[in-house]
Amino acid sequence: MNRNLIIGTALTAVFVLAALLSFVWVPYDIETLDIPNRLKPPGGAHWLGTDHFGRDILSMVMTGARTSIAVALVAVGIGMGLGVPLGLSAAALRGGGLDEFIMRGNDLIFAFPSLVIAILITAVFGPGAVNAIIAIGIFNIPVFARLTRGAALGLWGRDFILAARVAGKSAGRISVEHILPNIANLMIVQGTIQFSLGILAEAGLSYVGLGAQPPMPSWGRMLAEAQTLVSIAPHVALFPGLAILLTVLGLNLMGDGLRDMLDPRLRVIRA
Amino acid sequence: MPSLRGMGYFIDSFTVTACVIPRHRLRGDEPPCSIRKPTGQAAMIRYVLSRLTSLAISLIVASLVIFLVVEVAPGDPASYMLGVNARPDTVAALRIELGLDASKPQRYLSWVSGMVTGDFGTSYTYRSPVADMIGDRLWISLPLALYALALSTLIAFPAGIYAASRRGGAGDTAVMGATQLGIAIPNFWFAMLMVLVFAIKLRWFSAGGFPGWERGFWGGIKALTLPAVALALPQAAILARIMRSSLLDMLGEDFIRTARAKGLSRRQALWRHALRNALIPVLTIIGLQFSFLLAGAIIIEQVFFLPGLGRLVFQSISQRDLIVVESVVMLLVFAVITVNFIVDLAYAAVDPRLRTGR
Repeated sequence: MNRNLIIGTALTAVFVLAALLSFVWVPYDIETLDIPNRLKPPGGAHWLGTDHFGRDILSMVMTGARTSIAVALVAVGIGMGLGVPLGLSAAALRGGGLDEFIMRGNDLIFAFPSLVIAILITAVFGPGAVNAIIAIGIFNIPVFARLTRGAALGLWGRDFILAARVAGKSAGRISVEHILPNIANLMIVQGTIQFSLGILAEAGLSYVGLGAQPPMPSWGRMLAEAQTLVSIAPHVALFPGLAILLTVLGLNLMGDGLRDMLDPRLRVIRA
Repeated sequence: MPSLRGMGYFIDSFTVTACVIPRHRLRGDEPPCSIRKPTGQAAMIRYVLSRLTSLAISLIVASLVIFLVVEVAPGDPASYMLGVNARPDTVAALRIELGLDASKPQRYLSWVSGMVTGDFGTSYTYRSPVADMIGDRLWISLPLALYALALSTLIAFPAGIYAASRRGGAGDTAVMGATQLGIAIPNFWFAMLMVLVFAIKLRWFSAGGFPGWERGFWGGIKALTLPAVALALPQAAILARIMRSSLLDMLGEDFIRTARAKGLSRRQALWRHALRNALIPVLTIIGLQFSFLLAGAIIIEQVFFLPGLGRLVFQSISQRDLIVVESVVMLLVFAVITVNFIVDLAYAAVDPRLRTGR
């Protein structure tokens, strides 16, 4: 075990557990407003203070973790679920028309500024968590497709694949039974990185009002609401941002640590 | 897509190949002399032509996608503008005036041909030319992106070179730790913290807004400083890491060993020989970062109430002024795709191996 992996996993675990815990218990109900106790500084009954409606910030950060993690996780799922099969087929049919088509399509998605397109998608189809997931997920597809294709191409030249071909296995079966297990490590590492990027993207979209909508709590929207209060109650803006920073940091450290542990030669994509 | 070879962090097919194959082995993939492909000018011309083709295809597909996305948007701009109580014949008249009655292919063609000639259409809400609205805002977003790019480079170069020269030492660890933080921090939150410290507590800067360039150059620069720092920070962190890893790669090369063997110190070898070669991938990234900065400015402008392209986009979204959204998005996509194209060409110009790539 290396240090990055331990610190990263611990940080990530804290927020995942907080999100899970929020389903059964939070210190205060976040839907009841408590105006007399508004903008209380951290300490006392409210560990992280209260916001402008007197809602407990710790409870909101815990519930907000749910939204961030869910959106980013599903977006990674979309990217892997579509990108990996595309990459595998491109590698299996290497040099063919379909390979070319898939890779050109990927180049094209890469050329788009992802944030701008995510804004366009959520703006046109309406703001909300689902559209945010789709907007973030689309840009995960080419990442996984390229990574899979590149890694799979290297494997197709190896002797054990040749043996499987000689044994009469089809390209599809070889992809699933032999290629996929060998690139799984790489996918896990890249998945961690995309997960962290997804959390940042979700926070950005929610901040500009295009992500999760009220009453669904979200770190990005908490920051947007806190912006006008920064001068009188900085703590309202401090904790949601810190939550984003620590979760993303944890995931990145975990990704680096996993990469070093699984295979130091792996080079993941970091954009 | 031959570009950015061997630079580890960014994305392309070569880099991804390097996921499983150690980078030095990639260098062995050039064909032996007898089957060498044409190099030099002919190859460069062919390369430029192939890149131009894919540039054109990218732009056409991008414009189609943007047009279609906006096209399927729920709601009719004409009825939205006139409100729910408008008479049907008024709405129909407005639809004709806005050109909404034409068929979809016709409207696509007129939109694209208009953009080529600088006519971006007329805003549904303000009834003023979209090109003028964009032109005004561009003078904030563009300088902001350039300013952030300059800052990012100024921070990343020394940090990356320092970390590489102290590889494994305390200085390296400190710089790498800082870059981890820089990558993880949401830049709009960092911007809010800076407003709190430098605008509200210390009162060195104003918390937002823009005085306008006509009120003096330095006033404008000052208003863009905090936004540019916020925008630059994550990019600087990425760039510093690339600078470091690119330098370390070069330091493992044979020509560095030769330089050391002829008596240069490690530091002299780094400055005289490694740095120049390490700069190639770094410069490529700087080119690509520009487009990230231009797009990223959209959110940072919200934090500082800067009247740039970002605010124009969000304003237009809330007013369902979709022709403005469509044109601004297309402009940003155009900028990104074109910058990528120029970066590819510049890269091929300095590295002849790429011209014969694929």
